Amino acid sequence: MSHTTTNATGSAELLEINMKQKKLGYQIKRNKEIYLMMAPYFILFFLFTVLPVVVSIGLSFTYFNMLEMPTFIGWKNYIKLFLEDDIFLISLKNTLIFAVITGPISYILCLLFAWIINEFHGKVRSLLTLIFYAPSICGNAYMVWNLILTGDRYGYLNGILIKLGILDNPILWMKTEKWILPILIVVQLWLSLGTGFLSFIAGLQTVDKSLYEAAALDGVKNRWQELWYVTLPSMKPQLMFGAVMQITQSFAVADISIQLAGNPSVNYAGATVVTHLLDYGSTRFDMGYASAIATVLFLLMVGTNKLVQKILRRVGD
Amino acid sequence: MAKNKEKQTTVRRKLFKRKPREKKLNRSMAGNGILFFIMFICGIFMALPLVMIINNALKPLDEIFQFPPKIFVRNPTLENFSDLFVLMNNSWVPFSRYIFNTIIITGGGMVGHVICASLAAYPLAKHKFPGKDILFNMVVLSMMFSWTVTQIPQYLIISWLHINNTYAALILPAFSFGMGLYLMKQFMEQLPDSLMESARLDGASEWKIFWTIVMPNVKPAWLTLAIFQFQQMWGNTGSLFLRNEELKPLQYSLQQITAGGTARAGAAAAVTFIIAAVPIIFFLICQNNVIETMTTSGMKD
Repeated sequence: MSHTTTNATGSAELLEINMKQKKLGYQIKRNKEIYLMMAPYFILFFLFTVLPVVVSIGLSFTYFNMLEMPTFIGWKNYIKLFLEDDIFLISLKNTLIFAVITGPISYILCLLFAWIINEFHGKVRSLLTLIFYAPSICGNAYMVWNLILTGDRYGYLNGILIKLGILDNPILWMKTEKWILPILIVVQLWLSLGTGFLSFIAGLQTVDKSLYEAAALDGVKNRWQELWYVTLPSMKPQLMFGAVMQITQSFAVADISIQLAGNPSVNYAGATVVTHLLDYGSTRFDMGYASAIATVLFLLMVGTNKLVQKILRRVGD
Repeated sequence: MAKNKEKQTTVRRKLFKRKPREKKLNRSMAGNGILFFIMFICGIFMALPLVMIINNALKPLDEIFQFPPKIFVRNPTLENFSDLFVLMNNSWVPFSRYIFNTIIITGGGMVGHVICASLAAYPLAKHKFPGKDILFNMVVLSMMFSWTVTQIPQYLIISWLHINNTYAALILPAFSFGMGLYLMKQFMEQLPDSLMESARLDGASEWKIFWTIVMPNVKPAWLTLAIFQFQQMWGNTGSLFLRNEELKPLQYSLQQITAGGTARAGAAAAVTFIIAAVPIIFFLICQNNVIETMTTSGMKD
């Protein structure tokens, strides 16, 4: 009797061990599959992204003029950056103003427009998406603004303001210090329905339609409540993605400033961290210094990202 | 009166329960009107570049040089396009070769990126394994480093791999852009685990689950990613890595035509039109598919 019971427990133990082994084997097999799936991307990612970034951070501690081998100079680039380079401080200030204003506003605009477009159907919807995405897809869309902001009285903005009697003389918009930054901010906002916008459009598509019906039964009255209690919480991953894209875009503004205000702009009114970086990197061939600027900008963005992600976790609570 | 209204709403609710898609929920006419108005005003501004590019392409030379410049064309012609085609036929590398290069670089870079990034995103979104968070954070952070300064190390690596002056120099780095993985991971995270669990119980391999369950369910995501990547690759002139003329993409040769100066202003306007039109066509195809898929399946646990 006792013999049979021990036998039974023994076989149960064996079975358990067997199960565990199977599970382990299964896990190993599964993990192997997983790593194989990730391998192509991450091998290339390490080669073409991680390695260059690490090298650049290393270069930021050197003097490197792209012709001779880099020479190690320690923290000198960073010291010069913060203590001697006035223009860097101006550009840092401009970039922060830029980011603080355009970042949140264009993020909300992306969300708002994507949400409104989501109310339309079929071809109208595709057309609206195209129209709002047009500035991002048409290559050099700034051309339009050059036309609008021309400094003589034939520029569209000057023409309209003179006709309305608001101005007596045309203003050289992109050559007047106090106008440069505000105009750049407006143009950037106009351009900002890009990556985040499209990902929100796609994200809204994946929101479960039955949730809306359930919410209506639970007493959600209008579309604003619906947005806050149903739509936003169910597209949190896209919101996170949009925020990161917004940060990378609004801190790295350079193209529009160079195209519209020139580099260097009048009294550096349109200088941003990246225009400063481009100035050193591609005009003065001081790659060590440019790398130091890139590293500082990187740290700035990482910090902002941490903060924004913390805020976004609270959406819909 | 109030009671009556209440009764109405309860009746309506019952109706909803039975036929949920009969009427749109929670929508007022006034709200629709306001939204439409806002969209209209903003839409005019947003459409400006499109309008300008189309009009410029149709302007005869005298209108292009007209001062002050006008947005709308008065005597539309297709002269600019015929000029452009004459110029294209005169290039010493046949134009079909440029088109072929573009298909390889843009198409290859796009398809490869969507597949690589999605494959890597799936385990990051739906599995637990050591090193997961580090890998993911690295990808997100990589997007925040200015590419201007990483170009030189990247160039050195590409030379070191001996793929300089080949298609691979453009395509391989494109496979591993950070944004795609992040986008795909965010969408895959939303898929309910039960969807994959049942397939796993049936003994499906991860590979099979990925292709038959995950990818069809995140179609809006990878179609959107395809748009981004297409734009990115299409805009790449490749002049940094490609030195052989017969390897260069269409973008490069078109920009060479515009570099011909004022004499080619007409052809240049046509070029601007073509450069914008190609991604727009691709965009429309993808967007229509994004919408179609979700209205037919709309599936989610």
